[in-house]
Amino acid sequence: MSSNDLNPPHPQVASRLEQAPTITPGHTFGSITDKISTIVLTRRTPPGWFIGFGVAFLLLMMMLNAIGWLLIKGIGTWGNNVPVGWAFDIINFVWWIGIGHAGTLISAILLLLRQSWRTSINRFAEAMTLFAVACAGIFPALHVGRPWFAYWLFPYPNTMALWPQFRSPLMWDVFAVSTYATVSALFWYIGLVPDFATLRDRANSRIWKIAYGMLSLGWRGSAKHWYRYETAYLLLAGLATPLVLSVHTIVSFDFATSVIPGWHSTFFPPYFVAGAVYAGFAMVLTLAIPVRRAFGLEDFITARHLDNMAKIMLTTGLIVAYAYVMEVFFSWYSGNIFEMYMMFNRAFGPYWWAYWLLILCNIIVPQSLWLRKVRSSPVTLFIVAMFVNVGMWLERFVIIVVSLHRDFLPSSWGMYSPTRWDFMLFFGTIGLFLTLLFLFVRFLPMISIFEMRTLLPEAQVHED
Amino acid sequence: MTDRPEHLDLATFRARLGEGEGPEYWRTLDELAQDPSFEEMLRLEFPREAAALGEGVDRRDFLRLMSASLAMGGLAACTPQAEETIVPYVNAPERIIPGKPLFYASAMEMDGVGLGVLVESHMGRPTKIEGNPEHPGSLGATDHFAQASILSLYDPDRSQTVRARGEVATWSAFVSALQSNLQPLRARGGEGLRILTEPVSSPTFADQMAKLRQRFPAAVWHTWQPVTGDDRRDGARLAFGRPVHTYHRFAEADVILSLDADFMMRGAGAVRYAREFADRRRVRKDKTEMNRLYVAEPMPTTTGTMADHRLAIQSAAIEELTRGIAAALGLGGEASSGQHATWIGAVARDLRAHAGRSLVIVGDSQPAAVHALAHAMNSALGNVGRTVFYTEPLEANPVPQMSSLRALVADMKAGRVEILMVLGGNPAFSAPYDFGFAAAMNRVPFRVHLSNYYDETSARSHWHIPAAQYLEAWSDVRAYDGTVSIVQPLIQPLYGGRSIHEMAGALSEDVRSGHDIVRDYWRETSGAGSGFEAFWNRSLHDGIVAGTAFPPLALSAGTLPPREEPERWGGPEVVLRPDPMIHDGRFANNAWLQELPKPITKLTWDNTAHVSRATAAAMGLSNGDVVEITAGHWSAEIPIWIVPGHANDSFTVYYGYGAERTGTIARGIGSNLQPLRTMGSGDLLRNASVRKSAKKMRLATVQEHHALSYEMSEGAGARRDIIRSGTISQYVANPRFADEPGHELEGGPSLYPPWPYPGNAWAMVIDTNVCTGCGICTIACQSENSIPVVGKEQVLAGREMHWIRTDHYYKGSPDSDALEMFNMPVPCMHCENAPCEPVCPVQATTHSDEGLNDMTYNRCIGTRYCSNNCPYKVRRFNFLSFPDYETESYKLMRNPDVTVRSRGVMEKCTYCVQRINAGRIEAEKEGRPIRDGEVVPACAQACPTRAIVFGNKNDENSEVARLRSEPLNYGLLTELNTQPRTTYLGSLKNPNPELAPAGAPATAGHAES
Repeated sequence: MSSNDLNPPHPQVASRLEQAPTITPGHTFGSITDKISTIVLTRRTPPGWFIGFGVAFLLLMMMLNAIGWLLIKGIGTWGNNVPVGWAFDIINFVWWIGIGHAGTLISAILLLLRQSWRTSINRFAEAMTLFAVACAGIFPALHVGRPWFAYWLFPYPNTMALWPQFRSPLMWDVFAVSTYATVSALFWYIGLVPDFATLRDRANSRIWKIAYGMLSLGWRGSAKHWYRYETAYLLLAGLATPLVLSVHTIVSFDFATSVIPGWHSTFFPPYFVAGAVYAGFAMVLTLAIPVRRAFGLEDFITARHLDNMAKIMLTTGLIVAYAYVMEVFFSWYSGNIFEMYMMFNRAFGPYWWAYWLLILCNIIVPQSLWLRKVRSSPVTLFIVAMFVNVGMWLERFVIIVVSLHRDFLPSSWGMYSPTRWDFMLFFGTIGLFLTLLFLFVRFLPMISIFEMRTLLPEAQVHED
Repeated sequence: MTDRPEHLDLATFRARLGEGEGPEYWRTLDELAQDPSFEEMLRLEFPREAAALGEGVDRRDFLRLMSASLAMGGLAACTPQAEETIVPYVNAPERIIPGKPLFYASAMEMDGVGLGVLVESHMGRPTKIEGNPEHPGSLGATDHFAQASILSLYDPDRSQTVRARGEVATWSAFVSALQSNLQPLRARGGEGLRILTEPVSSPTFADQMAKLRQRFPAAVWHTWQPVTGDDRRDGARLAFGRPVHTYHRFAEADVILSLDADFMMRGAGAVRYAREFADRRRVRKDKTEMNRLYVAEPMPTTTGTMADHRLAIQSAAIEELTRGIAAALGLGGEASSGQHATWIGAVARDLRAHAGRSLVIVGDSQPAAVHALAHAMNSALGNVGRTVFYTEPLEANPVPQMSSLRALVADMKAGRVEILMVLGGNPAFSAPYDFGFAAAMNRVPFRVHLSNYYDETSARSHWHIPAAQYLEAWSDVRAYDGTVSIVQPLIQPLYGGRSIHEMAGALSEDVRSGHDIVRDYWRETSGAGSGFEAFWNRSLHDGIVAGTAFPPLALSAGTLPPREEPERWGGPEVVLRPDPMIHDGRFANNAWLQELPKPITKLTWDNTAHVSRATAAAMGLSNGDVVEITAGHWSAEIPIWIVPGHANDSFTVYYGYGAERTGTIARGIGSNLQPLRTMGSGDLLRNASVRKSAKKMRLATVQEHHALSYEMSEGAGARRDIIRSGTISQYVANPRFADEPGHELEGGPSLYPPWPYPGNAWAMVIDTNVCTGCGICTIACQSENSIPVVGKEQVLAGREMHWIRTDHYYKGSPDSDALEMFNMPVPCMHCENAPCEPVCPVQATTHSDEGLNDMTYNRCIGTRYCSNNCPYKVRRFNFLSFPDYETESYKLMRNPDVTVRSRGVMEKCTYCVQRINAGRIEAEKEGRPIRDGEVVPACAQACPTRAIVFGNKNDENSEVARLRSEPLNYGLLTELNTQPRTTYLGSLKNPNPELAPAGAPATAGHAES
C-alpha cells in the first residue's frame, strides 16, 4: 500500500476536489475505531432509525403478503400475459442484480487496482450487493408458474432422472446468480472478521461479546492471521472480479439469445454490464449520502468519494448512452421491418413515455455531472442518482415489456399493465432491502474499521 | 328477537343451496355463513354453539369445540347409505371397451334445420361433436353451434326439475294438471288451446300436431322465434304465391352475387355452402379456375372476406342496387344511374355471361322485395334447377312468424287463450318489445313453458318443464335440402328433461316414450314394412333417412315485385342482426361461444354497434364509446366498434344479449337491444337516431386493432409478408409469387446437421384462400382439448387460452371498396427448429421423433420463456387456475384422452397428439403405416371449407405433402429459420377485369398495403 494517494494532500492542491482527502485529517487509530464502533455498540439508536426501520419493515410485511397471495392465486394476480410473459418480475430481477454490481466493482476491482478511496465505502457497498442479490433472487424463484417446483432449476440427482436443460439461458442465470451470491457473501464476511474481533473486544454486554466472538472466528490479530486474511481477501477479490462482468453478461443472454426484436442483439453483454455498474453506483450514492449525514460520517465518506463515484457514474452512463444510440442505428441499418418497427414502437408506440423518460433519466439528467458544482453537492448528486435509479428500471421495462408487447405478428400484439400486486411485490423487495440495510448499519460496522486505519499517515510504511 | 328481518330455517337454506341460479349465487359455505340470517338461524337452532361462536373463545374451549365438531362430523358421515349391489358386467354391453370412444350419428336442430353430426361417446358420456360425412348439410364438418352444444348439454345452470309456480314438482303432476285443464276445452274442440313453438321441421312432430288437430280442431299452432326469416318467406310468396324453401348448389356456380347474405356462416345449409364454395376456389398447380364472388353488404361478414368484389353499402340501399342489377339483366325497371352504376353493370354482365352457372343469394335481413327480385333474376338467368332449387318448406308450420305471434298476443290480451304451451324459446324476453307478450301472458289461465333454463318466460308460467337437449332425447329433423335425420340421444336426460314430442304426447294423452313416438311414426310412414328394423338401423347408423330429400319444384318467377316508394328518412340506418356467436340469445350461457372471437371484430363477451371509420370520425366516436340508439319511444345503449369496410351512415348491431335468467354466465353481460326490436322494426331501423353518450366500455378483443397507426398494424399483415395474396392472373403469370426466394421453408445454414425424420413427419397446410375466418376450428379445438374459458376480464388482460386462433388482416385503403380482408388460422407451427425448445430451463418442451413440438405439462414449471421466444405467440399460459375443477357435470364432458392442465403450466396446440396416438395404435395392430387421412385433428375435422389439411409429409402421396409442393405454399416467418411444419397457401382473388382497378391494385409480387 504505497500509493501516492495515501500521502497527506499537498496544501496547494488540497482544495481541489479531485485531491480531496479520503479521510478528514486529524483522526487517529483510536478515533476511527471509536467513531465507527460506537454506532454499533454504545451510541443510542437514533429515533430516525426506528422510524426508518419501521417503514422498511412494513414494506417487508407487504412483500410477504404479496408473495402469499401469489402462491395462493398464481401469476395471474400480476399483469403478465401473452405476449408479455415477463414484466415486473424480470424487470425487478435485472434491476436488483444490476444494483449489486457496484458493490463488487468497488470491493474487488478497485481493491485490485489499489484505489484506496474505496476503503470507506466498500463494506457498505458490499452489503448493498448482498441485499440486492437477495431481493433479485426472489423474482426468478417466484416468477415461475409453479414456484413449488422452482428447485427443478438446480441440477440435482433425482428419481425422474432428469437434468435441467443446459442450453437455456435461464439455467445459466441460476449458476451465475448463485455463484455471485456465494462469492459476495464470502467476500463480505471475510472482510468483516477483523472488525468483528474489534467489536468483540469493545462490546460491553455479554451477549454481544459472545455473538461477535463467534462471528470473529477467533481472530486475535496475529501477524499470521493478518497474512492469511490478506491472502484470502485478495483471492476472493480475484474471484469476484470476473463476476462483475459475467453475471450481467449472462443475465443479458436471457434476451440476447432469443429471437425477439429488441432482444436479439449481440451487443447486450457490454451494454448490460455498463448499465449494471451505472445503476449500482447510483444506488450506492442514494444510500451513502443520507447515511453519511445521519451517522455523521462525513469524515470518512468525503467529498472525494462522492466525486469519484459521480465520475464513474458519468462514464458508465456515457457507455449506456452510446448503447442506446447504437440500438437505434442497428435497427435502421438492419433494414429489417421487425427491427425497425421495434425501434419505432419504443419511441412512438403506446409506451413512448417510458422510452423518453428513460432517455431523460439515463442520458440527459446525468450530463449535469460534468459540472463540478453538481458533483460536489450531496443534494444534487442524490437527485441525479435517483434519476438514474428510475431510469435504469425504465430501461429494463423498455427492453422487456416494450419489446414483447409487439413482436412479429401484429395479431398477437397486446398491452401490458401492472396490477397492485406487481407494485406490492416490487416495493416489498425495496422494504426487504431497506430492512436488511437498517439492521446492517445498526449491528455491523458499516465502514471497515481496520481498513480505515490504514488510510492514516501513521499507517504508512516507508520502506525507503 | 321479534323484529328480526327474516327467519330462515334449514329447509329454506337447503332450498337456497339447491337453487342453481338465485341472485345469491354463492360460491362457498363461508360466503353463505356470512349471511346475517344464517347466524340468526344458527342462534335459534343451536343456541349453545352459537353463543360460543359469537363471543370470545379461549384456546381450551376452542379446541374442545373443534374436536367435538370433528367427532360429530364423523358420526354424521356415518349416515347409512342406501344399499346398492355392485355387479360386474357378466355380459359386457356390446362394443363398449373402456378407453375406446364410440361414435353415434345424430343431428342438431337449429332454426328448424338439422345438421348431421357424429357424437363421440366415452363410456356413455358424449364428449365431442363432429360432422357426419354422410349428411348433406354437414359433409363431415360442423358449425360452431354444434361444437359448442356439448358445453350446453353439461351446463349446470340448466333447469333441473319440473316446477309448478316455481316450486319443485313432478312430470306426472304436470300431466294430470294439464289433462284436467284440457277437460273443459274438449267440448269446444280445443278452442283456447294455443301452442307456440320455434320453427320445427320434425316430421314426427308435424304428425303429432296433425293428430292433435283432429282431437282439438280449434287449437292453434303458432310459430315464432327471434330470428324469424319472415322476409325470406314473404319473398317466396311474392314470387311464387306460396311458401317455398330455396336452397343452392354453389358447386355449380361460377359467378355468385350475395346480397347481404352471409351464406357461409348463417342460415340453412351454411356448412355445406361453405364447402361447395371453397371447392370451387382451391387453386392448384393443375387447376387455375376459381369462382367469382360479389358481395354487397353493410357489415363485413365471413362471406364478405371471401369476396372478389365487395361493395360496402347500406342495408337499405340494397333493394335499389338489386333493382339496378335486375334492370341491367333485362328484367325491366329503370336502369340504375347511381353511384354504383359501374358495379351494377359489371356484375350484371358477368352474371349474364354465366347464365345457368351463376347464383344470386339474398340475406334473411333483406326485405321481401329483394328476395323476390333474386328469385326473378335466378329464373331469368336459367339458374333454377342448376344452382338454385325450390322445394316445399322445411318447416312443418310455415306461417309468417311475426303475424303468428301478433295474433297470439292479441288473443291472449282478449282473453281468448286458456292454455298456452310455449315449447322452447324465451318469448317473454325476446318477443318484440311493444307486443307486451309478458303482460299478455298473465291473462292466460294455464301457462306451460318447456325450456332449457328457468328463464323469464318460465317465471311467468304455471308450469315449467326442463327441456331435453338433442343429445338427450329422440327426435327427427330435416336438413337444408329436406333430408331427414333421426336425432339419436346418447345419454339419459341429465336433468330429467322432456322433448317436444313428449310435450305433444302429454297433450294427447299419449304416454309413449320419445323413442317410441319417433320410431312408431317412422314405422308407419317409411313403408319399409317387415324390413323396418333394417331401415331403422340403417337410418340411425348413417344419420340420414335415405330418400327423404325434398324433390325440387319446377317453379319460375317472372314478374318483378312492385316498387314501393322508398321511405324517406334522415340520419343513419341501424341494422339489427342476431349475434354470430350466441345467435338470438339461446347460447348466451355458453362460455365457449361467448369467448369465441366474433369474425372480423375478434370481440368476445359483448355485442357492439359496428360503424365505419368515416362515420365514426364524423360523429366523434371511438371504440368502446357507448351510444344511445333511439327509435320511436324506445332506446337502448350499446358500445361502438369501428370496422374498416363497414358501409357509411350505417350501424350494424348484434342482438341476443340481455336476458337475465338464462344462466349465470349470460347474466349481466352485453347490451340489451330488446327495446329496439319492436313490432314494426324488422331488422332495419330507418328512423333511429344515434347519440354518443358520456359512457365508455372496455371491450375484450383478442386482436388489437390500432386506430392510430393503421399502416403499422392493419396494413402490416401484407407488409410483414404474413399474408401473401394476389390475383388469379398474377398466379398464372408467376405461380410462385407467394414463395419468392428468401422465404425458404427448409431453413438456412446451421451449425448442426439436419435432424432426420425417417418415420412419420407430421405437417399441416392451411389454405388461406378458403379460410372464411369463422372460428369453428377454435371451438372444435377447445372441445377436443378441454381448453378452459377465462372470462372477459382475463381476455382483456390478454390471457385467452385458445390453442388455435384466427387472425384477421386488412389490405388496401380502409375506407374504399378496394379494402381486402384476409383470415389466417394460427395454431402451433411445430417448428423443426423451434425457438421455444432451447430456452426452457427444465426441458418441458421438446421435439418428438415425428417432429411434434411436445409439451410435458408435468415437467413445466412455468417460466414463460418459451412463450416469450415464440415468434408466433401460440403458446398459452394458465395464469390462474382456469379449468373448472369443481362443477361435477363438466367432469363428464372433458376428453378423457387429454390432460386437464393446472395453473402455472404452459400449454399449446399438440396437433391433437391423442388422435395421432390413437391412429398409431390402430395402424400398429394391423401392422401397416398410418394411412393418409386416418389422423385428423379437431380443427381440420370441423372446418367447413376444409382449409386445414394434416398428414405425414414424408408420405409423398399424402395430401399434405402434395399441398406443401404447391407453388402457393409458404411458411410464416421462415426467415427466422424456424422451419415450421405448419405452412400456408397464399390467398388469391378472382377480380372481374372490368372492376379490377378498384378491386385489386395490380401489384406484382408481394402484396403491398
